[in-house]
Amino acid sequence: MQDLSRADLAEQVIPSLQEIQERLGYIPREAIIWLADKLHLSEQEIYGVASFYNNFRFTLPGKHHLRICLGTACHVQGGDRLLAATSEKLGIKPGDTTPDKRYSLERVACVGCCALAPAVVLDDVVHGRTTQRSLKRLLDSVDREDRKAKKSEGGSQ
Amino acid sequence: MSPGNESEQSILEIRVCRGTGCESARAHQLLEALNKEVADKGLENKVRIKTIGCHGFCEQGPVVTVEPEGLFYCQVNEKDIKEIVESHIIGGKPVEKLFYTEPATGKIISKYEDIPFYKGQKKVVLRNCGEIDPSSIDEYIEKGGYDGLKKALLEMKPEQVIDQILKSGLRGRGGAGFPTGLKWKFGRGSKSDKKYVVCNADEGDPGAFMDGAILVADPHAVLEGLIVAAYSIGADEGFVYVRHEYPQAVDSIKKAIIDSRKRGFLGKDILDSGFSFDLSVKEGAGAFVCGEETALMTSIEGNRGTPRPRPPFPTDSGLWGKPTCINNVKTLATIPVILRRGAEWFSSIGTEKSKGTAIFSLTGKVKNTGLVEVPMGTTLRHIIFNVGGGIQGDAKFKAVQTGGPSGGCLPADKLDLPVDYDSLTQAGTIMGSGGMIVMDETTCMVDVARYFLSFTQAESCGKCTPCRMGTLEMLRILDKIRSGNGEEGDIEKLQEIAITVKEGSLCGLGQTAPNPVLTTVRYFRDEYEAHIRDKICPAEVCKALIKYVIVSEKCIGCGACLRICPANAITGKKNEVHIISDELCIKCGACFEVCPPKASAIDKIPAYHGGGH
Repeated sequence: MQDLSRADLAEQVIPSLQEIQERLGYIPREAIIWLADKLHLSEQEIYGVASFYNNFRFTLPGKHHLRICLGTACHVQGGDRLLAATSEKLGIKPGDTTPDKRYSLERVACVGCCALAPAVVLDDVVHGRTTQRSLKRLLDSVDREDRKAKKSEGGSQ
Repeated sequence: MSPGNESEQSILEIRVCRGTGCESARAHQLLEALNKEVADKGLENKVRIKTIGCHGFCEQGPVVTVEPEGLFYCQVNEKDIKEIVESHIIGGKPVEKLFYTEPATGKIISKYEDIPFYKGQKKVVLRNCGEIDPSSIDEYIEKGGYDGLKKALLEMKPEQVIDQILKSGLRGRGGAGFPTGLKWKFGRGSKSDKKYVVCNADEGDPGAFMDGAILVADPHAVLEGLIVAAYSIGADEGFVYVRHEYPQAVDSIKKAIIDSRKRGFLGKDILDSGFSFDLSVKEGAGAFVCGEETALMTSIEGNRGTPRPRPPFPTDSGLWGKPTCINNVKTLATIPVILRRGAEWFSSIGTEKSKGTAIFSLTGKVKNTGLVEVPMGTTLRHIIFNVGGGIQGDAKFKAVQTGGPSGGCLPADKLDLPVDYDSLTQAGTIMGSGGMIVMDETTCMVDVARYFLSFTQAESCGKCTPCRMGTLEMLRILDKIRSGNGEEGDIEKLQEIAITVKEGSLCGLGQTAPNPVLTTVRYFRDEYEAHIRDKICPAEVCKALIKYVIVSEKCIGCGACLRICPANAITGKKNEVHIISDELCIKCGACFEVCPPKASAIDKIPAYHGGGH
């Protein structure tokens, strides 16, 4: 890293943050300190960049990551109502994680699934043509799977 | 693997679309099932299974086509695979129930070229989408891919290439419509030891997926265009700046770069021409403003993606102060075909000032949603009613929105407007990158204006005060109107602030952010007035102005609404009439959606009427 110019080092900031988030699920404070040291930049500079971009999270997301798309097509087709209902059901606001750390809820600007709006993304899988009912079923099935997994875990111990 | 000519004739090619739409409808499961069924039955030498990028007609996804006949199977389910294999592949009898049925006439159509959605289009830029396996560079080359690059590098001087692009009349497809050849000419003219080219694939417009779809379906076309751009201006390094929210697109372009490098289309001394160029992928991190070229460059450099004033233009001083030429995905994907077929051919398509074709992602309340390409100058009516098949549920058309958060909404009397840069600008909207969202009577125009403004307000980088504070103030006024607290004079205040924001902002985001508000005021002022004066939302969207009630004569007491209500706002015993509590209701509309159609007992009524107001 010694031979690299300041511009070269700065160029590494966003890709590095992306890799950290990819591995850890979020950007912990320690990672910012570590990265600042590695790239010979200040922590403020790193945090300044990280906080500018919507993709970076500073808290650990829940076990299941639910993103509700609010692109224009999704908005017109009732995406905001889906978000309102889900937010109420999970008892959290968009951007937050449930106290039991099972779900985090996020609104996303567009996932490119506009033709089958409204879309939701659960754990990186896109679901198009979502209805209140299909979303409830989807979450119910996740709950069921988790309970099953927990049971078999408990049984094997 | 390579059968002789005779058996080649009888081989069926089954193409499974894996565009984002089809994928969200579980295309991968279908593909797995198909592969397994074909393997189980030992049919590998009778059929070839191929994955394709977006075929266009997303609404009918997952889409499967069978070549060489050009048969079109729609909404294919895993369970249909067995029948396709047994009846079609083995028995030679296509599965009729999977064919497309035209909603208006009930006519069953077997070939996609006969379906009105496809018939009304002209594929120039999307020529390979749905045709080739995007992961195969060979298939791209077979379709004439990289011929344009060869021609440019081996037979033409950079100036001649620029001349061709100038002659073709191609204008930037990112939305602003700046002549591409002229941009290249400026890039060529800048003297520097180092120059860059950038492909702008930061498709941040909500409700638009063209660029992502092209990167997934035909990545080499974009690469080829970018290499030609680099040759023309004299750049030796480039970037593709692509949205992180498009993982498929990121993977697709990365693979294409590796394959292209292996074949010698990238790297040192390309095709022995003496020209060297290489590039890498930069993933965006979720900032809409980075679609603006100066913000995009700031982001590549690793900073907060704030725009900077122009001039200097990027072609004079761009990345790290060096001349940089930035082009949109669609612009670049158009370059190879112009070089191959000639500037004259290209400029014969379109209108006098807008040449070639326009690509839209047609979405919203239209029947046939999907990826659409038409000659410039085609009317909105043709796109929405012929290609798009009209409004869902045969409801009444209200507005069409183009240009995303920078564009505007046009009403029914503008339907015969030809789609080109200048006509749309004149009507108050912009061509934009290609989002086209159709709205019907159930869409509230105040709510739509508020939606776009909340988006641009949140995405404003904060550098220019008129944009940062002006959009916030406009948002507050719109919220006031939506909540039933609007006052006389609010519309005028909105217009006044809008002008300040437009005039006082550095970049396109602020300069265009008020457009959705201005066009909705211009064309749908009565809707604003209904909110302000009568406290009514005519489209029954704005939550504060409506309430949900259960019509006791219609309620059958099935309990569907009670079970889905996330707010526990509904009470009632089984088989008895249910009641919604106004205090608890969050107006998410879940009950409205699940109430069985035979009952349709849930009604939306104005909140301020009938309540003794």
